[in-house]
Amino acid sequence: MEIKTDAINSLKLNKNTPIIQAKNVDVFYGYKQALDNISLDIPENKVTSLIGPSGCGKSTFLRCINRMNDLVSICRVTGEIKIFNQDIYAQEVDVVALRANVGMVFQKPNPFPKSIYENVAYGPKIHRLSSNKSDMDELVEWSLRKAGLWEEVKDRLNEVATGLSGGQQQRLCIARAIAVKPRVILMDEPCSALDPIATAIIEELIDELRNNFSIIIVTHSMQQAARVSQRTAFFHMGNLVESGKTKNIFTSPKDERTQNYITGRIG
Amino acid sequence: MTNMFTNTSLLRKSRAAAELRFRWFGRIAIGISLAFLFIMVGSIINKGKSVLISSDIAIIIDLGPNQVDPNNINQTGFDALIKRSLRATFPEITSRSDKKKLYGLLSADMGFELQKQIIANPNLLGISQKLWFTASDDVDLLLKGSVDLTTQEGDRRISNLEINWIAKLKKSGNTRSHFNKKFFMNGDSREPELAGILSALVGSILTLSVCFFVSFPIAILAAIYLEEFAPKNKISSFIEVNINNLAAVPSIVFGLLGLALLLNVFGLPRSTPLVGGLVLSLMTLPTIIIAARASLRSVPPSIREAALGMGASPIQATFHHVVPLALPGILTGTIVGMAQALGETAPLLMIGMVAFIADVPSSIIEPATALPVQIFLWADASERAFLEKTSAAIMVLLVFLILMNLLAILLRKKFEKRF
Repeated sequence: MEIKTDAINSLKLNKNTPIIQAKNVDVFYGYKQALDNISLDIPENKVTSLIGPSGCGKSTFLRCINRMNDLVSICRVTGEIKIFNQDIYAQEVDVVALRANVGMVFQKPNPFPKSIYENVAYGPKIHRLSSNKSDMDELVEWSLRKAGLWEEVKDRLNEVATGLSGGQQQRLCIARAIAVKPRVILMDEPCSALDPIATAIIEELIDELRNNFSIIIVTHSMQQAARVSQRTAFFHMGNLVESGKTKNIFTSPKDERTQNYITGRIG
Repeated sequence: MTNMFTNTSLLRKSRAAAELRFRWFGRIAIGISLAFLFIMVGSIINKGKSVLISSDIAIIIDLGPNQVDPNNINQTGFDALIKRSLRATFPEITSRSDKKKLYGLLSADMGFELQKQIIANPNLLGISQKLWFTASDDVDLLLKGSVDLTTQEGDRRISNLEINWIAKLKKSGNTRSHFNKKFFMNGDSREPELAGILSALVGSILTLSVCFFVSFPIAILAAIYLEEFAPKNKISSFIEVNINNLAAVPSIVFGLLGLALLLNVFGLPRSTPLVGGLVLSLMTLPTIIIAARASLRSVPPSIREAALGMGASPIQATFHHVVPLALPGILTGTIVGMAQALGETAPLLMIGMVAFIADVPSSIIEPATALPVQIFLWADASERAFLEKTSAAIMVLLVFLILMNLLAILLRKKFEKRF
């Protein structure tokens, strides 16, 4: 079994089947347990936010979904995470294909020190998504438009990306992630290094992107979670305390810890 | 009421004094090191600069058909012809020992020089000609003013008699000095006035090329594997410790290894740039590996994460993103390693690159010598004129080093990217 970009794009799920199903996930860093028995379903084409105090395991969980934790040699993951009903920790899974379908945007904008064009074109190039130059140009334009950056950079595509402002760099990273046409985009505190105006632009963008992509966003800002996400999961000390519709979590949390966190008493 | 910000206490004074003291210590330290540098370079340039000039002496030579047979030039006794002409120039000299001194005014190569001039220009034949010859090393030093004439005659290598002859020649316009092309075009020679740096320079270039082509690819592959792919466990840290130790091994030990292994076991040709380059690459390997690993490590992990997060394979992430960013550091480290190898003498002595090599080597399996070894050889030679050659050779070596460092700076500027 191999997750292929083309194959997965044609996959259709029943309306109510979650795109990601995590079941009894434990994560250990050496002897330290970072996540304890997490089971969480993530719906398709919605924004799901993961909130919780620092060190609660929300970023760890996010990084399990595209197996970025593989890079940490002392990290061990048990349990089951299924994307499109396929277990991504199965022996035969190709991590490269997985990551092509589960893109990621990081906390700090990290464009490659190359031109804006090359940044966006890199993913399609390594995955052979376009056969000729004009296809590639189209794909780059599509991605930059989707990321709301096209108008600002269309005249300087060959300038080095690190010359952009922080907010523009982060949108470029989003454009770079969607250029590969993944089904899921993971965002690890994408606005924490940005000013309020750039943050507002990115939040608007996230809202638009959910029509095409399923987005999971880790955030420290509860207002942001409330603004952008339809579903919220609250993590605390490695446990998934509560998850559900964002509205419900913020208005009528069932657990006392959630109540304390969203009212600012802990965290 | 005293102002709280204009504290005049003892504490403040001692703080200010400590700062001033430290600044001056720093300046003195810089001054001392600069002074050493200036003294060293200055004295080398001062001693070596006269090499750039060499002296010629002109004598009138009868090239009539009864002296040189135009149809059979190479049968002529050119040395004898020049000696006859010298005697004719100074007819007052009769004693045998004085005649010998007279012949010594010209370089030992004079017959060969005359032959070359005639072959290059056969029109010279037929009549008496005024021709120029390289002056011998002692005469050359005298003409350049490097001989202290206030010393006792017995303490100099040149006698009063010879000084008078030269004065006479100079007065009649029969001496000249010009840019010393021979120093850059000739190989080594027993005669200082003919000895040149070219064979050592070419030997060094060949040796360094071998060293580069062996050590660069191996070191880069080793560094990239260790830094980006090797599992971090006891074996890899053991290897790392040993690479660091290897960098600290005295170079003569590598020379002995080369002697024992490359020459005796594998039977590679002795005294050649091939063996020299292999031995030097043993030395530069750890230097390049350490520098390359350091510069790979300095690439921010966010770049790796970005590439891997896009679905790039580890090898794509490494070669598309990490290595290009580390390249300036890798190249600088490589050139620093090469510069060290350029100045290395001891291991080359062990593998026989210390031989007297007059011919310019044309391949890596011909006997050759290298610049630092040539300096060592000339510094050891007894003729007075080799002293200035030594300094000049050091200058050539330093120029070479400066060029390599310049190249390092240029490459770094060219490949440097901000992130």
